Amino acid sequence: MAGLEDLYREIILDHYRSPRNKGELESPPAHRVEGFNPLCGDEIVLYVNVDDRGVVSDIKIGGQGCSISQSAASMMSASVKGKSIAEARGLIRAFKAMMSIHETEIGGDGTEAEADEAAPDELDLGDLEALVGVVKFPARIKCATLAFNTLAQAIDDAQADTPPAD
Amino acid sequence: MSDSSNPAADHTSTFDVAAIRADFPILQQQQGGKRLVFLDSGASSQRPRQVIDAMTDLYETSYANVHRGVYQLAERSTSAYEGARSSVARFIGAATDEIIFTKNATEAINLVARSWGGANLGSGDAVVLTLLEHHANIVPWQMLAQEKGFEIRWIGLTDDGQLDLSNLDLLLDGAKLLAFTAMSNVLGTLTPVRQLADAAHAAGALVLVDACQSVPHQPTDVIALGADFMAFSGHKMLGPSGIGVLWGRAELLDAMPPFLGGGGMILNVTTDGFTTDVSPQKFEAGTPPIAEAVGLGAAVAYLENIGMDAIRRHEVELTGYALRTLRERLGDDLMIPGPAEPAARGGVLSLDLAGVHAHDVSQVLDEAAVCVRPGHHCAKPLMKHLGVTATARASLYLYNDTDDIDALADALVAARDFFAL
Repeated sequence: MAGLEDLYREIILDHYRSPRNKGELESPPAHRVEGFNPLCGDEIVLYVNVDDRGVVSDIKIGGQGCSISQSAASMMSASVKGKSIAEARGLIRAFKAMMSIHETEIGGDGTEAEADEAAPDELDLGDLEALVGVVKFPARIKCATLAFNTLAQAIDDAQADTPPAD
Repeated sequence: MSDSSNPAADHTSTFDVAAIRADFPILQQQQGGKRLVFLDSGASSQRPRQVIDAMTDLYETSYANVHRGVYQLAERSTSAYEGARSSVARFIGAATDEIIFTKNATEAINLVARSWGGANLGSGDAVVLTLLEHHANIVPWQMLAQEKGFEIRWIGLTDDGQLDLSNLDLLLDGAKLLAFTAMSNVLGTLTPVRQLADAAHAAGALVLVDACQSVPHQPTDVIALGADFMAFSGHKMLGPSGIGVLWGRAELLDAMPPFLGGGGMILNVTTDGFTTDVSPQKFEAGTPPIAEAVGLGAAVAYLENIGMDAIRRHEVELTGYALRTLRERLGDDLMIPGPAEPAARGGVLSLDLAGVHAHDVSQVLDEAAVCVRPGHHCAKPLMKHLGVTATARASLYLYNDTDDIDALADALVAARDFFAL
């Protein structure tokens, strides 16, 4: 099962068996967002607290899914906790780039610019690097990105609720 | 085409899986040096060379649009298309004019919902469904209910995955339609179609049977079953994708308004309006799936040649072997919800391996060239009732044998050991 060991690295199985930041936060004040994978029924419930400085001060994860979706959520929570919203967005972009999902932004002049070029090249994905093997299994990429798409929505919600500082 | 639709082997005496497998080009390949073990026929079956040849032959010798041209090609094409309709009708004990070709079974059910339901359902009415249903027999009714304001009632389940009929009369009281699956695509449960139909008729309700999982696997007689409508798909019964079938009783179809509008379904069109043709043309707007119908006709011929009774016997035996083997090899680590008795179910096994998610199970099985389907199988209300988000489903057909089951069991043991805590 050589191919499988590319996918299921030991660190992934560790996060799957011992998920970090599992649980709930009181909502409100926490932002609660549900993410679904409509094809397989996997679901994630994300609780995110963003403090006055725009820092992800706490994060908890509920829901159920396969080892890839659950370990990605666990690793994501460990990586994003204590990070600013801007850093969290950079993490989301960097992770999706690793999954070969290159999101484009339409520039003001109508030209497309690769958004991940704006992400710091040296961004350290930490344990999340272990998920790079998922790219070789296209059907599983949506498992790995579920937590990150849900996080992006939670951050959007948090920013929408916070009046811009002036 | 008639020459190529005769199966190569005579399977009447003993069920010769090796000879049947030899008819399926796609099953001849290997994956990673291993024999391909295809256990996903519940989602879509594979098709024998006879079906592929029939479609190729039509395209190479006789293709033209149907019902229009007077040239000989058009006549041959129309004859092949209408011949397929006759074959399908004979296969389920129906009259030819009662067979409507659709895109798939989902479209067939939507046709009934939009046409019959649109004309007959309103506020204060009720439609009765069951917790076994596929989304295809749930969502069309929910969509219509949003518009029309009728009630949807649900028949629940017993612990062994059978329909709970203890309050059936209450659920049917005042209902206009009972729509249910003849065989669960998740649990394999065979429902008591005739008993349900009689109860529905006694209450004044019509009966729609979702027969997607039953028609490919056992003999079907729509009259004996007492149904009013029946829907099934071509691609689950050795035919091509892109074609489904709606059968309806002639007097119901005659009274129903059209579904899609366009060419082929009208008697006349003026600037003031249109009049519709008779059924089945009334419900087949636009150029139909011609080659797909011909392929389905060839699939029916293939199945008839082997015999639906023989196919059912083979699948009951193989399901029994699978239930025994998986129990012996995996014990309590593997749950297979649904009826325990092979004769009470179809060859659909929803596998719930303790501590291993269905996606991970399916991934490990793929390494062993074993094709199963992870997920909710488009039956989320049923999955919620069972308390699972996903299962890995193995579904059997005439080309599967005990070697396939042994490969499945080996791969499940490997998955359990790989993910062992």
